[in-house]
Amino acid sequence: MISFLRPSNIGLAVRQALADMGFAARLFFKLLLSLGPTLRRPGLLREQVHFMGNYSLAIIAVSGVFVGFVMGLQYYYGLQRFGAADSVGLLISLSLVREFGPVLTALLFTGRAGTSLTAEIGLMKAGEQLSAMEMMAVDPIQRILAPRFWGSVIAMPLLAAVFSAVGVLGGWVVGVKMLGIDSGAFWSQMQGGVDVVRDLGNGILKSLVFGFAVSFIALLQGYLALPTPEGVARATTRTVVMASLTVLGLDFVLTALMFSI
Amino acid sequence: MQRSKTDIWVGLFVLLGGLALVFLALQSANLLSLNFDKGYSVTAKFDNIGGLKPQAAVRSSGVVVGRVESIDFDDKSFQARVHLSLDKRYAFPKDSSLKILTNGLLGEQYIGIEAGADSANLAAGDSIGTTQSAVVLENLISQFLYNKAADGKSKE
Repeated sequence: MISFLRPSNIGLAVRQALADMGFAARLFFKLLLSLGPTLRRPGLLREQVHFMGNYSLAIIAVSGVFVGFVMGLQYYYGLQRFGAADSVGLLISLSLVREFGPVLTALLFTGRAGTSLTAEIGLMKAGEQLSAMEMMAVDPIQRILAPRFWGSVIAMPLLAAVFSAVGVLGGWVVGVKMLGIDSGAFWSQMQGGVDVVRDLGNGILKSLVFGFAVSFIALLQGYLALPTPEGVARATTRTVVMASLTVLGLDFVLTALMFSI
Repeated sequence: MQRSKTDIWVGLFVLLGGLALVFLALQSANLLSLNFDKGYSVTAKFDNIGGLKPQAAVRSSGVVVGRVESIDFDDKSFQARVHLSLDKRYAFPKDSSLKILTNGLLGEQYIGIEAGADSANLAAGDSIGTTQSAVVLENLISQFLYNKAADGKSKE
């Protein structure tokens, strides 16, 4: 009836969870240490930046424009009640650079590139390609995982910057062109209130952290996937769920650390 | 190192990301107007700084002429000590006075500096003697109530 609650089963689950955690920590340090060897083979890295950066550009840019549009409409609606419609630009820029840019980019990146990483690694493992490489004395972590890891870490801040920039332009189109906010006030309020280091710098730092988190989770799930079609499917799902939750949780922690004053 | 046709696309992507960063830094955060030379710093003591914060503007006739560097408490005179950094381009007489003002009804607080008549100018490290504290709403209300009560008594 409740056989799954047998002590031996609970013990097995705890041991497996602990072993996974230990493996995850080991893999993370190995990936961090692989920066040097990865940079010495820029061809592999470039291929991954191309796959994860260039191909994500369309979804990131289009989402950025629409987020900017919607923020322009909503902030205008809220602020014009207080006669502060001129601050729409400032609010759009602050929320994009500090929060929406890094977070939404990370979430979209999870769906667009993280899933494909998990599926790719999972299938490679299911087809025993990783084991075959080990047999040939090629380290699969250095040859396969590391370029993907550092490729995402490079691509993420660039994508987040594109997202924010395109979003600000989208907000400008709605705010200035459609709703008639003064263009000078839109930009000058923004320039008066956004700080290069405190807002923009911290936003970039955030997206770097998200880059590490998302790509690591995707690779780990692929590596731990059961070598069956169902196992790969489950691993892909887990990537999306875990990476999204991690990004949102990390975002709260980072915001509390960076903008606490 | 072999060349590949993805080179150009990756290059474009990195360029685009870089351009976005430059756009954000220049257009939205106004990197160009950042003042890299620190200006000269002066200190002033206030009885009450209200909601003044570091990085608040120092304005003269509405023009930003400096920033509040830091604020601390002086436990000898029990006053707030405010360190200001004034732009090197602007010189003010030694007997200039400071006021804490509010931008609009609910806006940020800033320091207004009013020029005096002294022929010598403020230099780095000087302290400004004449200051006027922030207006605290509670004090205003209690003063008003006190005056009302006093009026009522005098009529009786």
